[in-house]
Amino acid sequence: MKRQDIVRMTNQIADFHRPYPREEAVAGVAQHIIDFWDPRMRADLATQLAEDEAGFDELALAGAKRAAQKQAAHA
Amino acid sequence: MALLKETDFGTPAKQGAPVTLTIDGVDVTVPEGTSIMRAASQIDRPIPKLCATDSLDPWGSCRMCLVEVEGVKGTPASCTTPVRAGMVVTTQNDRLAKIRKGVMELYISDHPLDCLTCAANGDCELQDMAGAVGLREVRYGMDGANHFEAESRKPVDTSNPYFQFDPAKCIVCSRCVRACEEVQGTFALTIDGRGFASMVSAGTQIDDFFSSECVSCGACVQACPTATLMEASVVAKGVPTRSVETTCAYCGVGCSFKAELQGDQVVRMVPQKSGGANEGHSCVKGRFAWGYATHKDRVTTPMVRDAITDPWRAVSWDEAIGFAADRFKKIQAEHGKGAIGGITSSRCTNEEVYVVQKMIRAAFGNNNVDTCARVCHSPTGYGLKTTFGTSAGTQNFKSVEKADVILLIGANPTDGHPVFASRMKKRLREGAQIIVLDPRRIDLVKSPHIKAAHHVQLRPGTNVAVMNALAHTIVTEGLVDEKFVAERCEDADFDRWRAFVAEERNSPETLAERIGVEPETLRAAARLFATAGNGAIYYGLGVTEHSQGSTMVMAMANLAMATGNIGREGVGVNPLRGQNNVQGSCDMGSFPHEFPGYRHVSDAATRDLFEKAWGRPLLAEPGLRIPNMLAAAIDGTYRGIFVQGEDIAQSDPNTVHVTAALEAMDCVVVQDLFLNETAGYAHVFLPGTSFLEKDGTFTNAERRINRVRPVMKEATGLSEWEAVSRLAAAMGYDGMTYASAAEIMDEIAALTPTFAGVSHARLDSGASLQWPVNAAAPDGTPTMHKDGFVRGKGRFMVTEYVATDERTNRHFPLILTTGRILSQYNVGAQTRRTENGRWHAEDVLEVHPHDAEERGIGEGDMVSIGSRIGATVLRATITDRVPQGVVYTTFHHPVSGANVITTEFSDWATNCPEYKVTAVQVTKSNQPSDWQEHFRDVHERQFVVAAE
Repeated sequence: MKRQDIVRMTNQIADFHRPYPREEAVAGVAQHIIDFWDPRMRADLATQLAEDEAGFDELALAGAKRAAQKQAAHA
Repeated sequence: MALLKETDFGTPAKQGAPVTLTIDGVDVTVPEGTSIMRAASQIDRPIPKLCATDSLDPWGSCRMCLVEVEGVKGTPASCTTPVRAGMVVTTQNDRLAKIRKGVMELYISDHPLDCLTCAANGDCELQDMAGAVGLREVRYGMDGANHFEAESRKPVDTSNPYFQFDPAKCIVCSRCVRACEEVQGTFALTIDGRGFASMVSAGTQIDDFFSSECVSCGACVQACPTATLMEASVVAKGVPTRSVETTCAYCGVGCSFKAELQGDQVVRMVPQKSGGANEGHSCVKGRFAWGYATHKDRVTTPMVRDAITDPWRAVSWDEAIGFAADRFKKIQAEHGKGAIGGITSSRCTNEEVYVVQKMIRAAFGNNNVDTCARVCHSPTGYGLKTTFGTSAGTQNFKSVEKADVILLIGANPTDGHPVFASRMKKRLREGAQIIVLDPRRIDLVKSPHIKAAHHVQLRPGTNVAVMNALAHTIVTEGLVDEKFVAERCEDADFDRWRAFVAEERNSPETLAERIGVEPETLRAAARLFATAGNGAIYYGLGVTEHSQGSTMVMAMANLAMATGNIGREGVGVNPLRGQNNVQGSCDMGSFPHEFPGYRHVSDAATRDLFEKAWGRPLLAEPGLRIPNMLAAAIDGTYRGIFVQGEDIAQSDPNTVHVTAALEAMDCVVVQDLFLNETAGYAHVFLPGTSFLEKDGTFTNAERRINRVRPVMKEATGLSEWEAVSRLAAAMGYDGMTYASAAEIMDEIAALTPTFAGVSHARLDSGASLQWPVNAAAPDGTPTMHKDGFVRGKGRFMVTEYVATDERTNRHFPLILTTGRILSQYNVGAQTRRTENGRWHAEDVLEVHPHDAEERGIGEGDMVSIGSRIGATVLRATITDRVPQGVVYTTFHHPVSGANVITTEFSDWATNCPEYKVTAVQVTKSNQPSDWQEHFRDVHERQFVVAAE
């Protein structure tokens, strides 16, 4: 997927979860990515994050990293 | 009329305390308020009638139904006289017979006696009643003044393509006029003139039926007891000789119909009174627009081609299926199992959808299955599951009859869901109030006998802000139903939500400028919804097709819970589904993250259940959604797709992106009735079956599972589920060897708890069923969440308003929003191939007078509409239905290219496209857009079928 789409979609998820307490919000972003994103989309997300974190919202970033950690732990 | 009649009790059923009376010496007990006519009919003492029918309130004009009542002077009309306890009624004696015969003589003296050549011969209530009263002579003569004499006879009005009006045959019973008012709620008909010159008239004196406000719902034709209003198909072919009960293939209302036939030819479709969704009513699409099923464009032979620029080549089923399987297997061998997938269709039956998702999960070995609900109601699934615990609306349609205030959001039922709209309008005429949230002035804002209490004409994209403002008012003005919330909802979530919406930034005053609506209007709407009694929310794609579509669904659920409007009749949160089987296709496991019954693929117990039943290991990871499939195709990791009854090249946003993705694939298989726009990019075409050929079930927006019965044999020689099963077998999977569609439903029921009690046999032995149908609810569940939410306690979600990234600017200063029109359906593949095209031959762009004047645009001018994505050219119409700064169009005609303009933006949770907000500019134009030129080239190049 295009970087701009990955960034936008991740930030949108963060926008929804932002009003929640920090830990809940990070967990919410992570779980949404795990529950609804195909593995290749998550791989694209990981690639984009590894290349450059610019453009990602701070909560989106934390959630995306949490999703990656959970996936790694699960694997 | 209908040839194969359901019993007509003469007047509507009533609910009330039991009352016992005696009719012709027989005791009968009926609810208080019931008419003598209906009570008599229930004990097989039908009373002659002409102006009465049980779909209409009694009128008492024909004087045929007179009876004697002990202790009462005269002969009251049995239709307008309610029963009383102890009443003694006589329906037949010499006196009554003489009166009736005299009345019938008068009727017949003014009715042409061309019965043998009349289209209603054998299907005429006047004829039946003449027989019932023993009419043998007409002392006044039979010539009449307006029958056959050329100089006096009024012409037959054949302006409507589907029915004719022959004034000579009218007995002025007013059933048509009353049907238009009471059943349809359009008020297009009236009785013009006085005395002998009284005549039914459509619209004004200069109108015919076509030019009048008549919406061709067919209610008048249905109500007419003579051949005055008669289907053109019956006039042409004669009366039908057999009937099959089935379900309409258009919108999510899912009306029940009788297909009336001669041999295998449909003569007419008649709405069924016993149909739970429609109770005898219909719209122009379901009633009349079924001719597409046998249209000359229908493709009934499988076809293949090596490249999309090659002509199509007709082949056998075996060759087509083998061709598709070989290509899919080759793709998987070279690019991995996840390089292919498919899309299920909301126009197909539950059984057909189920086999496609099963093929993808078990035979393809991945979860790359999605459905057209992705681009319409996927946020409904997400939002209602999160808050209530299940992905479906909460009520049946009948529930609206008990609503006191209706909050209608982003839906235009009079066009999109007309039969339900008629129910809603009836309730509004009875005194319920309606609040309309819509940027556009839809008919339910103001139309005959309807006036919205509030029209919240919000700026497109500010739905969530509006809901937060309403919630703020309810919370801060003490209007929360504290008892309901305390008993039924999660405390902590409610407290958090209450604190959130109470913040000043969510007040109507703070949000008013952004929303574009006065704060007092928002406060008044909130107060009305919270205090008027039963509050019901109905909504459509104006809710879901936004970047905050899922958030908005949750915001509506919050509002319903906060006001205690869940769990009984007259309330609820009710999605108006676009296509007939959107609910069913979602129920059947069409989403890439869920098995049938909305169970996540990561759930080990569910996966184990399906693995054992299907005999294949199943993936625990979600697959690609439609937009993700298209993106992956551009990336080169997704190279083959099976598209069942769906036209993504017309219906999905950013057409150029969609077609580029299709062009990038090595194998596109389309299963459809016609060579649709997507088929222009396909390598294999598998001919599909129309609803008249299908055997299975549809599930409508109220979770009602209705039988779809085959009216005729498949024109293609193979059912769709058989074709899919054979493709799965060719892919190496032998777990789909069904003998019938009923067997598929049995498998669905065995694996899906909400369908546990559903079978074709059960549906055939009774009426429809609303899921869940299981041990706890063996006869189904008309109202959800009665004693508790499916998830246990209701969950309030915090719904922060986040403005869409799609913003107007000096290059694109207007907002385009899209919708649909009454006569056309979705991408128009069906309705464009019927006479419905006469009402809507092209998509037009609605432009506000101020915006038009600024741009020098006149009525009917061709205009270019362009966004940052693309441009197309349409005809403009100037109207203040749309507010200044907003333009509106439909997407029923492919050449219009409405989706050439729409963008890649989508709902945060589901990727449902943001069709409702696109920043555009509109300018006058005198030539097609570049895309339209390209479109014509593609049609010349990629739709060619080789001569046999």
